[in-house]
Amino acid sequence: MAILVDRNTRVVVQGITGSAGAFHAKQCLEYGTKVVAGVTPGRGGEVFEGKVPVFHTVAAAVRETGANASVIFVPPPGAADAILEAADAGVTLVICITEGIPVTDMLRTRRALEGRIGKSMWLVGPNCPGVITPGECKIGIMPGHIHRPGRVGIVSRSGTLTYEAVGQTTAVGLGQSTCVGIGGDPVNGMDFVDVLRFFNADPETDSIIMIGEIGGGAEERAAEYIKAHVRKPVVGFIAGRTAPPGKRMGHAGAVISGGKGTAADKIAALEAAGVKIAPSPAQMGETLRALLR
Amino acid sequence: MKIHEYQGKELFRRYGVTTPVGYVASSPTEAEAAAERVMSETGAAVVVVKSQIHAGGRGKGKVMRDGKEIGRGVKVVTSGGAPAAKEAAGNMLGGTLITLQNAPKGNLVHKVYVEQGIDIARELYLGMLVDRDTRRVVIMVSTEGGMEIEKVAAETPERILKAWIDPVVGLAGFQARELGFGLGLTKEQVAKFATLAAKLYEMFTSEDCALVEINPLVITKSGDVLAGDAKVSFDENAEFRHRDHEAMRDVSEEDATELEAKRSDISYVSLDGNIGCMVNGAGLAMSTMDIIAHCGGSPANFLDVGGGADEARVTKAFEIILTDPDVRGIFVNIFGGIVRCDLIATGVINAAKKLGLKVPVVVRLEGTNVDLGRKLLSESGLAITPASTMLEGAQLITRLVKAA
Repeated sequence: MAILVDRNTRVVVQGITGSAGAFHAKQCLEYGTKVVAGVTPGRGGEVFEGKVPVFHTVAAAVRETGANASVIFVPPPGAADAILEAADAGVTLVICITEGIPVTDMLRTRRALEGRIGKSMWLVGPNCPGVITPGECKIGIMPGHIHRPGRVGIVSRSGTLTYEAVGQTTAVGLGQSTCVGIGGDPVNGMDFVDVLRFFNADPETDSIIMIGEIGGGAEERAAEYIKAHVRKPVVGFIAGRTAPPGKRMGHAGAVISGGKGTAADKIAALEAAGVKIAPSPAQMGETLRALLR
Repeated sequence: MKIHEYQGKELFRRYGVTTPVGYVASSPTEAEAAAERVMSETGAAVVVVKSQIHAGGRGKGKVMRDGKEIGRGVKVVTSGGAPAAKEAAGNMLGGTLITLQNAPKGNLVHKVYVEQGIDIARELYLGMLVDRDTRRVVIMVSTEGGMEIEKVAAETPERILKAWIDPVVGLAGFQARELGFGLGLTKEQVAKFATLAAKLYEMFTSEDCALVEINPLVITKSGDVLAGDAKVSFDENAEFRHRDHEAMRDVSEEDATELEAKRSDISYVSLDGNIGCMVNGAGLAMSTMDIIAHCGGSPANFLDVGGGADEARVTKAFEIILTDPDVRGIFVNIFGGIVRCDLIATGVINAAKKLGLKVPVVVRLEGTNVDLGRKLLSESGLAITPASTMLEGAQLITRLVKAA
C-alpha cells in the first residue's frame, strides 16, 4: 500500500468546477485515481466529465459517495474554510493545494483541528503539490508519468524539486513507494516527522529521500526523529544554501529570520543524525543509489 | 509588506494602543508646523524629529548628503522649538540615512516624524510574531529596551519573557500579568501594560500582521505605558482582504523590480551575481541558485515563474531578469508538470527574438512534452544552448559567462 493513499482511496475534489480543480481532477481521473465526487457550492447536481457527481457540500459528497480523502483547489479566501469543512464531514486525509492562505487563517484552522489531526485525520499542505502512490493513486498536481512504483519514500517541502528527485530515482532504476509534498507554508499539516513515522513503519518503503529548504525548524525536528527511530537509509537535500537572510524566497515559509532557519544549520543537524546529504540537487538519485549498495 | 513608524503609530492609535502625540512631515516647513502643533497640543518643550525609513538603528545612524555627514537619524530638540525642529528636519530630508541595518547603501529619507518628547523612566521591549513551532502568536517582552532583540537573545536570553497566545482566548489577563510583573512593573503599570498588549494582539490578528515590535516600550516618569516606536509588517498572503494596506506601501523603499515582478505573478528576489535564473517552483528555483554557486558561478536572482507560466509570463520574466545590468547570462531550468515544455520553449524563443537577447542562454527542459520543447529550441536558429540535467545546465552557463 505504501502510505496514506492507495488504489482504494476515494477522493472528493473541493473546487472541482474551477479552472485548476477541473484540470487536475481530470488528470487524476486519467491516472486511475478513484475521484468519486466533487464539491462546488451552487453547482450541486452537475456531473463532471460525465462520471463524477458534484455536490453543494462536502458533507453531502461524503454521505452519498463514501469519499474518505479530499483535495482542495479553493482560492485563498475560502481555503481554510474548505479544510474545516472537509474535516467536519469526516474526511480522514485532507490535502490542500492552495497557495496564499493567510497565516492567521492557518493558525486558527490548526487550533480548531487540535485533537483530530494525528488521531482521526491528517492534513497535508497547504501550498503543496499533493500525495501520490505511483501506479495506484495520484491526488494533486504532480505529473504522473515521471513516477514508477517502487520502494523509495519521498517527502518534500517543494513541488518541482520533488519531481527532480522522482525523475532522478526513476532514472537510476529505483521507483517510489509514496511521494508526499508537505508544502511551503510556515503553518501547515503533516510535518516531516509525521511522514517519516509512516515511512519508517511501512514494509513497502526501504529508503527515504527528504527535501527541505530554509526557514523554520521542521528539518531539525526531523533530524531528532531520524536519529532516535529511523534505521532505513535517508538521503537529504536542503534548498537555499545561497538564499539571503530576511527575504521570502517564493514560499511563505522559506525565510531565514533572526539568523535561524539557514540551510547550513539544517544540513548540519541532518548529517549529525546520519542522513546523507546530496552534494547538489542534481545528485539526489545517485546519492541514494550509492548509499543502497 | 513593511510600513513606516508613523504609519504603525497611526494603526496603534486606531486600536487604542497608546502612543506619544506626533505628526508626519515631508518638508522642513511641514516639520516646523508639526512641531508647533505637537507643542501646543501637549505643552511639551521638547520634540523629537525622527527620519522615517524601513530600517532600524536610526538613532545611531548617519545622514549623508553629497558625501558629507549632515546629521543623525533621530534628533532630540531640547531648545529652539519649532524653528530648531525645522532645521533638524532639513538635515534629514533628502539625505541618505545609513544605519547598522541597511549599510552600506542606506535609505533615502522622504519623511520625518515629529513627536512630543517623553520623560522616559524605563525602556522595555515588546514584540509579537508567529511562532511556527507552536503554531501560535508569541508575545515577547524584555527589560532590555532600545537594544537589538537578536543581540539580547544571543547574550542574555533569560531576559526575554514569552507567552504563547491561544487564538480561542486571546492574550489572557494572567499572561499579561506574568509578563508585566516579570518586567518589574508596579501594579498600576502592569494594568496599563496588559491593556496595551491585549489591544496590540487585537491589531495583530485583525490586520494580519507578520511582525509587530515596540522598541522601546516606554514607561514614563508619571507611570504611563507608551509605544516609543512602531515596527509593523503585514502578511503578504492576506493582502486580498486589506486593500487599505496598499495605500501605505512606500514604493521608494521597495526594490522596483521585485514589485513589478509581483504584479505579474512572478516571484523574484534580486541577488548580487551575474547569472540570471528562470525556474518553475520555489524549491527548484532556490536549488538552481545553489547549483550555480556549486559550479563556481554567481546567481543574479531568484525567480519562480509559477505553475501557470505561459508565453507572456516567460517574456515578462526575461524582461525582469534583464533589468539587472549585471546579468551576463541566463539559465532557464524548467521541470514541467502542468507547465508544458513546448510552451516554455516557444515563450523563450519569442522572448529572445522580441528582446533581442545578447547574453548566452542555457535552457534545461524536463517533464511534459520535453521532446517537442527541445526540438523547438534546436530548430529556432537562436544561440540557445540546451542541457538535459540541471547540473549540466549550471556548468554550461557558468562556463559561457566566464568565457564571455
